[in-house]
Amino acid sequence: MGQTTAEKIFAAHLRDEPFPGTKVLDLDRVLCHEITTPVAIADLEWRGKDRVFDNTKIKAVIDHVTPSKDSKTALQAKMLRDWARRHDIKDFFDVGHNGVCHALFPEKGYIRPGFTAIMGDSHTCTHGAFGAFAAGVGTTDLEVGILKGVCAFREPKTIRVNLNGSLQPGVYAKDVILYVIGQLGVNGATDRVIEFHGPVVDAMSMDARMTLCNMAIEAGGTCGICQPDMVTVDYLWPFIDGEFASKKAALEDYSQWCTDADADYDKVLDFDVTALEPHVTYGYKPDCVKPVTEMAGTRIDQVYIGTCTNGRIEDLRQAAEVLKGRKVSDTLRGIVSPATPKIFQEALAEGLIQIFMDAGFCVTNPTCGACLGMSNGILAEGEACASTSNRNFNGRMGKGGMVHLMSPATAAATAITGVITDARELK
Amino acid sequence: MKKVFGGPAIFLDRADINTDEIIPAKYLTEVTKEALKPYCMEDLKLEGFDPQGERLKNARVIISRENFGCGSSREHAPWVFEVNDIHTVISESYARIFRQNMFNCGMLAIELPKADIDALMALEKEANGAVDVKVNLPDQQVVACGNGREVSFSFDISPFDKALVDAGGWVEYADARY
Repeated sequence: MGQTTAEKIFAAHLRDEPFPGTKVLDLDRVLCHEITTPVAIADLEWRGKDRVFDNTKIKAVIDHVTPSKDSKTALQAKMLRDWARRHDIKDFFDVGHNGVCHALFPEKGYIRPGFTAIMGDSHTCTHGAFGAFAAGVGTTDLEVGILKGVCAFREPKTIRVNLNGSLQPGVYAKDVILYVIGQLGVNGATDRVIEFHGPVVDAMSMDARMTLCNMAIEAGGTCGICQPDMVTVDYLWPFIDGEFASKKAALEDYSQWCTDADADYDKVLDFDVTALEPHVTYGYKPDCVKPVTEMAGTRIDQVYIGTCTNGRIEDLRQAAEVLKGRKVSDTLRGIVSPATPKIFQEALAEGLIQIFMDAGFCVTNPTCGACLGMSNGILAEGEACASTSNRNFNGRMGKGGMVHLMSPATAAATAITGVITDARELK
Repeated sequence: MKKVFGGPAIFLDRADINTDEIIPAKYLTEVTKEALKPYCMEDLKLEGFDPQGERLKNARVIISRENFGCGSSREHAPWVFEVNDIHTVISESYARIFRQNMFNCGMLAIELPKADIDALMALEKEANGAVDVKVNLPDQQVVACGNGREVSFSFDISPFDKALVDAGGWVEYADARY
């Protein structure tokens, strides 16, 4: 019997199996941010165990509320900063260099095919786009990861999602994943890895694959995984060109993590996305999705473009393409937050920031900010936001606020008209 | 330290209770568990549920439906229960991270089939909400008493989860072993 990508990674990282079905894995990456790490740091200090297992495998960033908005968030940032300095964690990103963790860490080349990674953040599943096993965990798992470099899992089964056909212009990875979550339901992949296959994934950039994998958790999935291929190698090449003689050699090596042809799946789902329309959420769960045409005309108070789902350069290009030469409706406000400083600079160089500003968008620094209602764009009671983020829970972006999830193109079109709008209709 | 399980129950008769509802993100700026105490399930809108009410204040056990604890990985969700002396959740199923976080803190996330949860919800109505739950971990039994009636159910717990509860949590377990 062949193995799935996750099974191969589990086998290669197995430290211990204390009980049948419980697998303790060695970790290649322990990723940290300022919201969930400080309590772990304080607990390690309290236990007299303020140590780190390997300061080169730990990466840390201040991203959720940055620059700090008040004394409490300043303390969280300080605790992470002091800890990173104390343990000489070189890959620590502070104000001026920081960005949304799941955009920043991949961009730095930290995630490779076959890696194991944990972070105290549910959207860690994003990193599976590189053919890695990456899982969101709580603070206790993070604390043990920091101290011992291990994490325990019940080995997840894998759901294979085949994305067949080809996407129509104006339909993006976000629309695909919203549709897939609608089909799976919010717990359709609990304790499962979702492997994405098929010509649609093969044709996707790493940015798009990260959008896909980012929302695996919204179906309950432990990790979203794409197969490493030449797109993966091309993306990582600046970081791995010293490791491999050629891209071909890198691909050959990374291919060891690809799922075997005779691997055993929990289930296999086939979707032909050729006729897929842009999708939007309604209600308070990410599986409440409808084609944009059925949601068109819904009044919106704020448009938010950014986050670990859709704050990458391609996302900004797609939004800017819709916005170019147009103005934000005077019935709403538009906010764009490039996910990292590098993306911000690229967007500046390409003239995208100019387009956003000409349209009347507020451009904020890279931060998680409004997505989880912590800063930079919180909703008032009764307001609705068209957002490129990943969660629409009741109160997520502010008590009494409603969030409609959508692609950057749909969000941009919505910004222009003031109501949910199919970007293809604007052309 | 091993925790105490059982006591008065509060019933949340809805699937997909998410961690934003259990503890809103605006309170994630706290750096101690104790500071979370007043905000338990502040944003949860559910008929008959009052986050400031006596029923929640007295509760030691939560009984709910499918996919409890979905969404964010925030361990603040189990913590806000812990500091309010709620060490047991009983539901039809859990989101993976929440479930792991409960056991990692040495607390119980007990899974019971829908029929058993239905029976517990029925007992709640019959007893006007006054249901007391005893958890017998060695025998893997839940006994609920209300309106002079007693119902009991057996549950499964993996040896690993049991070891975490016995050790007092994952840090203690891992520190002794790795």
